[in-house]
Amino acid sequence: MSNVPGDLRYTKDHEWVRIEDDGSLVVGITDHAQEALGDLVFVEVPELDQSLSVGDGLAVVESVKAASDVYAPFSGTVTAVNDALADQPELINSEPYEEGWIARLQPDNRDDIEALMDANAYDQYLIELEDG
Amino acid sequence: MGHKTPLYDEHVAASARMVDFGGWDMPLQYGSQLAEHEAVRSSSGMFDVSHMTVVDVTGAGATEYLRRVVANDVARLTKPGKALYGCLLNDSAGIIDDLIVYFRGADNYRLVVNAATRDKDLAWLAATANDSVTLVERADLAMVAVQGPDARQITAEVLGSADDLLAVRRFGFVEFSDSFIARTGYTGEDGFEIILPSADAAQLWRDLTNAGVAPCGLGARDSLRLEAGLCLYGSDMDETTSPYESNLAWTVDTSDAGRDFIGRTALGDPSAAECFLTGLLLPAGGVLRGGQTVVTDVGKGTITSGSFAPTLKASVALARLPTGTSSAEVIIRKKQLPVQIVNPPFVRAGKATFAQT
Repeated sequence: MSNVPGDLRYTKDHEWVRIEDDGSLVVGITDHAQEALGDLVFVEVPELDQSLSVGDGLAVVESVKAASDVYAPFSGTVTAVNDALADQPELINSEPYEEGWIARLQPDNRDDIEALMDANAYDQYLIELEDG
Repeated sequence: MGHKTPLYDEHVAASARMVDFGGWDMPLQYGSQLAEHEAVRSSSGMFDVSHMTVVDVTGAGATEYLRRVVANDVARLTKPGKALYGCLLNDSAGIIDDLIVYFRGADNYRLVVNAATRDKDLAWLAATANDSVTLVERADLAMVAVQGPDARQITAEVLGSADDLLAVRRFGFVEFSDSFIARTGYTGEDGFEIILPSADAAQLWRDLTNAGVAPCGLGARDSLRLEAGLCLYGSDMDETTSPYESNLAWTVDTSDAGRDFIGRTALGDPSAAECFLTGLLLPAGGVLRGGQTVVTDVGKGTITSGSFAPTLKASVALARLPTGTSSAEVIIRKKQLPVQIVNPPFVRAGKATFAQT
């Protein structure tokens, strides 16, 4: 079973969102996602100050096998990106919820996050996917 | 559910991620594809290649038949225990498949062809044969490739008969009891490919595992062969491309003017080919993938297969480009990125064959 921390929010595209004390939101991909992708070898992070609408391309993660888009789970502006991923894309494999974070955004509307799944809902979603 | 090799249970027990490959349930990876790739480059790894099709060719007309159906010339195999790589061509000089021909004795050969092309290969081989040739598919055999700088030594110790095995030259093979052991492979490393009765395969796999050989899946097999510049049938070549357009001119033997092999007339002059297959290296900015468009100084080309090259820490690809190309850029996610043209292989004996510019 993949690791699903209880304090995060999740999307059906297997992204996680962490709510920071200052109101900003940190985004990454889940343990399930990194496991499915396999060894990551390239990550294209967004540009600072880039303004994104929900569903826009936020990042591209490429494993040895394939390239995948990471979509913005909410609308907002990019305030920080994880530059370490340029040299160490494998951080997403080893620490998807910590050192493997992708970007921090200031959301246009904090309430957007309420539409995302909590850990229990995401766990349930993963079980449904596996049962196919 | 697809076909299962005799090693299927071993893969599942090792928690391999299984995928469909040409109708077979095969291991993609056991853990990390990068670690498996590295094991083969630095020490040893093994692959279940039992899905590949083995065909024994015998009969008084066998040599004459293979000289007609294979574009390389099996007459170059002057002594039993030697092997030859080549292509089956159609009348238009398109590649039906690539294969290895093993010369076992007078009018006695073993062919190994691809799994995904089995049906059409067998049909073609049967259609081009006559009564003096006997074709027997050996679905009763399994095949394990052990590859890497330590592969031969470890395999020889596991199988016994170390002196005999270590004396086998490159592209040579030996047979004893029920086993057929060839110094061939698809990774750019030294090693053996072992063809043996299906019932014995699991024990060999376990013995090799216990001797420290890393089980490796199709993922690592693909990145290893790509670094080695070896073509993958169905991606880098097919029935619409000739050997001259696939970096395989060296496998076409036209030295005997009297040899009328299938496709010879249509092949024409190698220098007249309008495109060629070569290597590309993208140092940073993404990963080259099959299907991406290549923009060159003399027109457009296409990447036929691409991946991340773990040995080089960069992305590499094989690409079919217009003849005369001297510079190239690849379009990835609407960006045009410059790539270095590299004559394959990219990696030989674990090291880059070229300087990155």
